[in-house]
Amino acid sequence: MRPVYVIGAGMTRFGRSEWPLVDLAAAASLAALHHADLGKIPVNAVVVANMGAGRINRQTAIASALVDRLSLWPAAAEAVENGPASGASAVKVGYQAIASGMADVVLVTGVEMMRAVDGLEATDFVASLSHPEAEYIYGVTLPSLAGLFARLFMERYGVERRHLALVAIKNHDNAMKNPYAHIHQPVTMEGILTSPEAVVNNPPVAEPLHMFDCCPVSDGAAALVLASQDIAAKLGAPRVLVAGIGQATDTHAVHERQDPTDLKAVRLASAAAFDRAGLKPSDIDVAELHDAFTILEIAESEAAGFFKVGQAHKAVERGETKLTGKLPINPSGGLKAKGHPVGATGVAQLVELAWQLRGEAGERQIAKAKTAYACNFGGFGNNVVATVLRKEER
Amino acid sequence: MASVTDLEALLRPPAMEMPPYPPKAITLASGEEMIVRQASREEMPILLKAIYPLLLVERDYYDIVAARLYSELLAYKRYRVKDEYVLVGLIDGVLAGLVNGRLVDAKVGMSYHTLTIRRGLRVGSHLFAAKMEYHIEHCGQDEVLIVAESPIGFRRWMIEYPLDKKHEVQHELGGVPSWVLTRKTYLDAKPRLVSGRRPVPAEKLAGAAVIRLPGEDTVRLQVTGEKGGKA
Repeated sequence: MRPVYVIGAGMTRFGRSEWPLVDLAAAASLAALHHADLGKIPVNAVVVANMGAGRINRQTAIASALVDRLSLWPAAAEAVENGPASGASAVKVGYQAIASGMADVVLVTGVEMMRAVDGLEATDFVASLSHPEAEYIYGVTLPSLAGLFARLFMERYGVERRHLALVAIKNHDNAMKNPYAHIHQPVTMEGILTSPEAVVNNPPVAEPLHMFDCCPVSDGAAALVLASQDIAAKLGAPRVLVAGIGQATDTHAVHERQDPTDLKAVRLASAAAFDRAGLKPSDIDVAELHDAFTILEIAESEAAGFFKVGQAHKAVERGETKLTGKLPINPSGGLKAKGHPVGATGVAQLVELAWQLRGEAGERQIAKAKTAYACNFGGFGNNVVATVLRKEER
Repeated sequence: MASVTDLEALLRPPAMEMPPYPPKAITLASGEEMIVRQASREEMPILLKAIYPLLLVERDYYDIVAARLYSELLAYKRYRVKDEYVLVGLIDGVLAGLVNGRLVDAKVGMSYHTLTIRRGLRVGSHLFAAKMEYHIEHCGQDEVLIVAESPIGFRRWMIEYPLDKKHEVQHELGGVPSWVLTRKTYLDAKPRLVSGRRPVPAEKLAGAAVIRLPGEDTVRLQVTGEKGGKA
């Protein structure tokens, strides 16, 4: 397979967009294309990640629409829908096209406009990824699955609500340094947990998860330009290599898993990605994890191999996952505070990591970052894509 | 012949004695402290100025809430509404939100509006709770008539408290069938929805003595959150 490089990365601010869906995707795409500075080199293919536009925005065939909006004809175009893992799946499709020699330059764009509907409908639309007969019809939502998961995980490993709060506080702090983040609002332990007012400030959503344990509902788009080694060399772009991608699935219904707290798909996808990259978890300088709920950042960081099982919350407590810690996690603010437009999330994670490896992450830059890892968590852990990026020295 | 003053007296509704709302301090999720206090009639002009930019913001029904609230505050300023009160939430002296209502009689209150400027910190929830606290605990009323003009309001008041139907009563806000918060509902909800510390130290009260406004652009951004559309 040919090596594949990230040569451009861009995104819109996450939050609430007044732009139509395809314009939002186009804005992120143009930012990434501008970043890549392709000149007259053509884009051979466009892959768009999206989960719900057909249902909540009444728009299908987005990739074709995006090619047209950007005047990129006759580039190949296709959309990828893989639940909340759509973004990294789309990157994988783009990667495969270049690695196989079918394309030299691929634009991968993730986009979602969830604020077009109210919160209840947005929650219901995301819940439609759950098992239709065993979960969805009984009213299961993603917050409720996460609540069940959190209760068992916390009981088993001694995780307390203050550990979850520490994740939220860290990620809100990081988002304050990210101009693209949905939420620019720091939160404090007193404000969300220990003061008498915290009962009102941070009401339960799905016990033991409270409001500030959950990501917001966001609009947004993110885009990457991937290229072959020849093109990357010709452009003289900073060399951010897609060093390894791994993907794994698990049972659709969570209750069918032997151990519901074991994020097996994260474990297997990560192992595959590390193996392909020739790296170990301990080699990673910075990570973006899929913290749709605070508990997931803790659990995924263990399943990916960064910490032993049952130890991640202690690392959070020691500050090891802060921007200044041994392994900064979610410098972008994560889904928790940067926002979670589901189809865009997996791409946005890699946009952040590409910026980090290029030294372009501004106030939240991790010094000397050379390796990076992302976990895009689809379903409730039943379809996970892990990606490892590595900066190559010239 | 009646003088202008006599005529003005006829135009004004008769007023009941209303107890003052004792200020309280609330720690928000951000760690910031919000002072909730009563706003005087003399402070209505600055509140009208705060609301004005929201009259054309359709998002989340801010336009209708702002338009009606504007008229209510103006009516309070000009003595054209009976027994109205206004509470404000101030963070470092800057307006974060406001609520208002009035007393229908000694035992029944009527909630008018809740308008949040600083969103995402449950400011509206705290202020609405303060309003209910005023009616039930300080005015000693038995019930408060309430309607919602937005789905967000419906979730926050009707579902979250939860309120009872009193649909046989038309609310002053458009004749919409009323819902009601009873004393029992209030007391049941109080542990999870009503918070704040009293007394507020004098220096903190002094910091909230003058209402300051965020800039109009800041207000629009905070209210609409429209930033996702900009690359």
